Amino acid sequence: MAEKIKVAVAGNPNVGKTTIFNALTGARQKIGNWPGVTVEKKEGTKKHKGHVLEIVDLPGTYSLSAYSADEVVARDYIIDEKPDVVVQVLDSTNLERNLYLTSQLLEMGTNLVLALNMSDRAEMRGDDIDIPRLESLLGVSAIKTVANEGGGIEALLDSIVSKTESNPPKPHEIGYGKTVEEKICALEDILGNDTELTKHYPARWMAVKLLEGDENVLSKLSSSNIEGKVQNYLSGFDNEEYEVEMADKRYEFIGALLPQVCTTCAEDVSPSDMVDKVVTNKYLGIPIFLSLMWGMFELTFALGTPFMGLIGKFFGWLGGAVAANIESAWLASLLGDGIIAGVCSVLLFVPNIFILFFAIALLENSGYMARAAFIMDKLMYKMGLQGKSFIPMLMGFGCSVPAIMATRTLEDEKDRLITMLVTPFMSCGARLPVYILLAGTFFGREAGSVIFGLYVLGILVAILSAKLFRTFIAKGQPSPFIMELPPYTRPSLVNSLLYMWNQGYLYLKKVGTVIIGGVMLVWVLAYFPQGVEYGSAESLIGSLGQLIEPLVAPLGFDWKIAVALIFGVVAKEIVVGSLGTLYGTGGGESLSPALLADPSFSPAIALGLMVFTLLYVPCFGAVAVIKKETGSWKWMFFQAAYSTAVAWVLALVTVLVANLVL
Amino acid sequence: MNNKTLNMLDAGQNARVIQVKGKGPSRRRLLEMGMLPGVGLSVTKKAPLGDPVDFKLKGYNLSLRKQEAQMVVVEVTGGVK
Ligand SMILES: Nc1nc2c(ncn2[C@@H]2O[C@H](COP(=O)(O)OP(=O)(O)O)[C@@H](O)[C@H]2O)c(=O)[nH]1
Ligand SMILES: [Mg+2]
Repeated sequence: MAEKIKVAVAGNPNVGKTTIFNALTGARQKIGNWPGVTVEKKEGTKKHKGHVLEIVDLPGTYSLSAYSADEVVARDYIIDEKPDVVVQVLDSTNLERNLYLTSQLLEMGTNLVLALNMSDRAEMRGDDIDIPRLESLLGVSAIKTVANEGGGIEALLDSIVSKTESNPPKPHEIGYGKTVEEKICALEDILGNDTELTKHYPARWMAVKLLEGDENVLSKLSSSNIEGKVQNYLSGFDNEEYEVEMADKRYEFIGALLPQVCTTCAEDVSPSDMVDKVVTNKYLGIPIFLSLMWGMFELTFALGTPFMGLIGKFFGWLGGAVAANIESAWLASLLGDGIIAGVCSVLLFVPNIFILFFAIALLENSGYMARAAFIMDKLMYKMGLQGKSFIPMLMGFGCSVPAIMATRTLEDEKDRLITMLVTPFMSCGARLPVYILLAGTFFGREAGSVIFGLYVLGILVAILSAKLFRTFIAKGQPSPFIMELPPYTRPSLVNSLLYMWNQGYLYLKKVGTVIIGGVMLVWVLAYFPQGVEYGSAESLIGSLGQLIEPLVAPLGFDWKIAVALIFGVVAKEIVVGSLGTLYGTGGGESLSPALLADPSFSPAIALGLMVFTLLYVPCFGAVAVIKKETGSWKWMFFQAAYSTAVAWVLALVTVLVANLVL
Repeated sequence: MNNKTLNMLDAGQNARVIQVKGKGPSRRRLLEMGMLPGVGLSVTKKAPLGDPVDFKLKGYNLSLRKQEAQMVVVEVTGGVK
């Protein structure tokens, strides 16, 4: 049996953790979520010299005190799972701040291997890092790596394996100065009474963490009889007073270490600062940002739409072929209108998702994403969100499904939740055919302005909803903005492709089934009872339409519109097709005259219907993705109910006002 | 006096940290990121809309919203105004 080694890859954000992880594991990766939170979990395995390494890519952290959901995940994993080896990836060009985390890992007594990454850059600017010296001073192994070129990866693997063969290190002690040390000693004394606890965790480390107010460590005491004593002791003073001293001493420790291992030619202005002079310039910053966003949007949807068209055509052809060749009508319908339509609506989003995530990977890896957040933050903050929320919301104009997935770039859970809940209000591409039909039919030359107005309405509803959610459900301020602007780098193609593939695969696996399920349900409703025309008044969906007619009657909608709206949940553009079916005209040219001829339809009702289509429950795809990304049915149903309620109210207002004005 | 809070500085100015006021996680984060008494920094740029502001300290770029920058008391040490 090969021996299993648990390895965690930790480090500050943007230092190359994922690149190292990819280089270590290759494509053998498993992506999921950490239990209970929306933070992404990446695992992979690697065989090396008869050992099996089980490697986890931890989210980026600046320290081990819990600050965001990301950091809690990383810290808890290191504390609770006790990986056999922790690989800390460091940016060699910024050792001082990177070593802060190192100092905390050393205090914990983790079995530590340092990957001094970006060493190409460090060398280029003339840094000379004395590796053996660093190793002996800190009692760790250190390897120089250039992760994006695979440099040093073999040596890193060797080092990980040999690390497990040596004895675990003694926890490193940092002197915190007299007043703090007294407190640490007193806490150590109390902790010493519980030998079971100190067997698992070093007493000094626990004492330090308790002084820092670490909740995870505090919770470890809950089953111990010394908990009361510790609480009692801690409540005797305000531990925030010691924060400065503790951080200061750690930096002092680093400050004493650095000159011994590294000689740096200090640079006045880094290349990144030069680039930023243009990219975040007062006058150029926003135009550049908007052009890049426009480019990304165009790339995603202009390049994706032909593929969508092809996929739609292919499945249309397949459906037709099935209908023509299968005798049994119900089987043909099950296959054609049910299964094939379902698979089609899943695959339809795939080109967009792949292209968008490739573009996001490029922006993220190059370092531009942080600038985008920097540039947009003030505006988004006014809405109760933060800079990084802008991109998902913008993508929402294309398609809510990838847009909601794009909220993965937000670290703060509340920011992310609110962004996910409001993104579907941005009018997506699938709603446009509905506007074109209705506005074109009833508003003629004014159609353009009407459609523009709908887009604006969507944005306003998104902004107001974000404010509302921030006040009532995800209370508090948007997360504080304390963000590093990482140096610009040339994005790696392999990284970006892997990222794209992982996100696309995740979508197919987790979201696909929900969408197909939803489509099948609608098929059952439209097909049965046996013998009626598909989706007609006599079908279950027709009855359902008649049943809910009273609900939408105040808006002036009849049962036909109700049925079309139920179909629209499959995908909003289907509203057009199903109106075509219900009016017996098909989706083509003759639908417009049929609508105009129907006395129960009017421009006011058309306007109301467009507002309703814009705002009510997003399609199965978006709903499924909300379920997947929030990890909860609760938020999925909340979003569906909230948006439908908003749609109902605003459609009613629209119809009433329009009846007066038009 | 020469003492200001970070949000009051202009791009190009240099300063030394005197104190980080306030409480809670934001303060701790600032300290952990190296915003400690005695540390020197400079203002590299402001976002096009005037907020957040980007600083250079300990060889890297850290951006703060003015709200967070307000927590840091500094003494101006020079640089172009
Ligand atoms: N020059 C250089 N760039 C690197 C190196 N390692 C990673 N990068 C780049 O740095 C960026 C951030 O890397 P990533 O792995 O996403 O960082 P993470 O946030 O720590 O996971 C990517 O664009 C990488 O291609 C390296 O050793 N040298
Ligand atoms: Mg990463």
